[in-house]
Amino acid sequence: MSQALKDLSDYLGEAKGRLIDRAEIAFGELTLLTQPAKLIELMTFLRDDAQCQFVSFIDICGVDWPGRPERFDVVYHLLSPRQNLRIRVKVMTAEDAPVPSLTAVYPGADWFEREAYDLYGILFTGHPDLRRILTDYGFEGHPLRKDFPLTGFVEVRYDDEVKRVVYEPVELRQEFRNFDFLSPWEGTDYVLPGDEKAKG
Amino acid sequence: MNEHNVRNFNINFGPQHPAAHGVLRLVLELDGEIVERVDPHIGLLHRGTEKLIEAKTYLQAVPYFDRLDYVAPMNQEHAFALAVEKLAGVEVPKRGQLIRVLYSEIGRILSHLLNVTTQALDVGALTPPLWGFEEREKLMVFYERASGARMHSAYFRPGGVHQDLPAELVEDIGKWCDPFLKTCDDIEGLLTDNRIFKQRNVDIALVKLDDAWAWGFSGVMVRGSGAAWDLRRAQPYECYSELDFDIPIGKNGDCYDRYLIRMQEMRESVKIMKQCVNLLLGKEKTGPVSSTDGKIVPPKRGEMKRSMEALIHHFKLYTEGYRVPEGAVYAAVEAPKGEFGVYVVSDGSNKPYRCKIRAPGYAHLQAMDFICRGHQLADISAALGSLDIVFGEVDR
Repeated sequence: MSQALKDLSDYLGEAKGRLIDRAEIAFGELTLLTQPAKLIELMTFLRDDAQCQFVSFIDICGVDWPGRPERFDVVYHLLSPRQNLRIRVKVMTAEDAPVPSLTAVYPGADWFEREAYDLYGILFTGHPDLRRILTDYGFEGHPLRKDFPLTGFVEVRYDDEVKRVVYEPVELRQEFRNFDFLSPWEGTDYVLPGDEKAKG
Repeated sequence: MNEHNVRNFNINFGPQHPAAHGVLRLVLELDGEIVERVDPHIGLLHRGTEKLIEAKTYLQAVPYFDRLDYVAPMNQEHAFALAVEKLAGVEVPKRGQLIRVLYSEIGRILSHLLNVTTQALDVGALTPPLWGFEEREKLMVFYERASGARMHSAYFRPGGVHQDLPAELVEDIGKWCDPFLKTCDDIEGLLTDNRIFKQRNVDIALVKLDDAWAWGFSGVMVRGSGAAWDLRRAQPYECYSELDFDIPIGKNGDCYDRYLIRMQEMRESVKIMKQCVNLLLGKEKTGPVSSTDGKIVPPKRGEMKRSMEALIHHFKLYTEGYRVPEGAVYAAVEAPKGEFGVYVVSDGSNKPYRCKIRAPGYAHLQAMDFICRGHQLADISAALGSLDIVFGEVDR
């Protein structure tokens, strides 16, 4: 398997090296890094080339890295049933920088891009119908971003007086607890309470 | 009526409609009885599983997977377990692999039974669900005897399975196999040559193979269109490569072919189960069912009472959990509905940084518009039933 991936990686490097920023094999999986502007050409090549034939569209997903200026990864997974190989293509994008839509290459990308837009706010240019998909009608915010709280902002209940479902701000009986499991013996990246006195 | 009075009709199908198989709202545009456009509105069962998993340790994330495709819970856990094992580099012992395969196939039968029989219900047959659900009940008892829960089992955990199976349970599963084939014959006797069933399913919701790939279809949806593609054969995980089974494929890619494939797949699953039962009672009668690496798999209760090290492991694993090396992996299994994949990004901590769940039903449902355009309104429910949608995994 990994030899086939190595060969594929070398082949892609020769054939379309200018489209690929970096190719790496980790955990027996090939990842290509590219830029949004080159994405469509690369994907079309991967789909149509006789040695690739990644005709099966698997998945698009976003990953949020708030510390980076280009905070989102958009990760594409493709499958080649003929070669029996999988490939992952990654692009990085900022909050306000759109990524070209893949719907013209793979019609199946439609809902996956809507999902990435809904949950992360990643914009796709050329998408026929970029609406929210999983969250409620009229939902605000992008819930899978790391700065979106796990509990959300609103909660709903049926109000018997107005005879409809009403939205209210979330009220927590107990603060959400996030335990710190960093072992002080393995080195923490912060000063443990009380340790600041030891220095002086 | 003159030409001016003719207009297209918009109707809402669902969200509470028995043939919607859950909470699906379909906005249909109809020209008479012909469907012009289908716009599925999903997300009514969205529970934010992926967000919740990011706040849980790897072990705590397992039960969320039962709640995705709740008609075949263990198959989902399997994908997550494989992903974590790939990241952490854990080997599952042979007996654990066999138990996983055995229960994956039980899950496949659970799912196919539900799908085949309720799809028949959607097109007008009442008896198949009654017969099918009787068998499902017996299978869920096997779930319960292994894990303690009929549905939300949390049984496949990274490293292996939670507990060993008693020999009587394996024997009972073996005894269930042959009578079940008789039930399959009965259900097929009701449906396969049934004139109404054929009229409602043959040549409905045709999908060509090229389209199937491009729309992201997998599982029965591509096999129905003629591709002999099954992850259990093509990219074998666990010990599927050592087991003997066939992959049924369809010729036409219509609802009827998919029905036939599901029926045949149940028989193949029984074949696999029998082999597993024989191995579990014979060659692999004893042995560990999960990895013996104490840093990943918690110790047994009895051991914990006697050994200091086991006690420490138990405490650490149930509070902090284990840390998984940095990296990203995608692991997929052939779930009953198609390719169920999990993409885990780890930042080296005890919680997944990102856990994307790739549900086969999501890709299938988005093609509703493509599949149903030009069909009659009554064919919508036949097509929807044949796509095998469960909202737990579509909405996540």
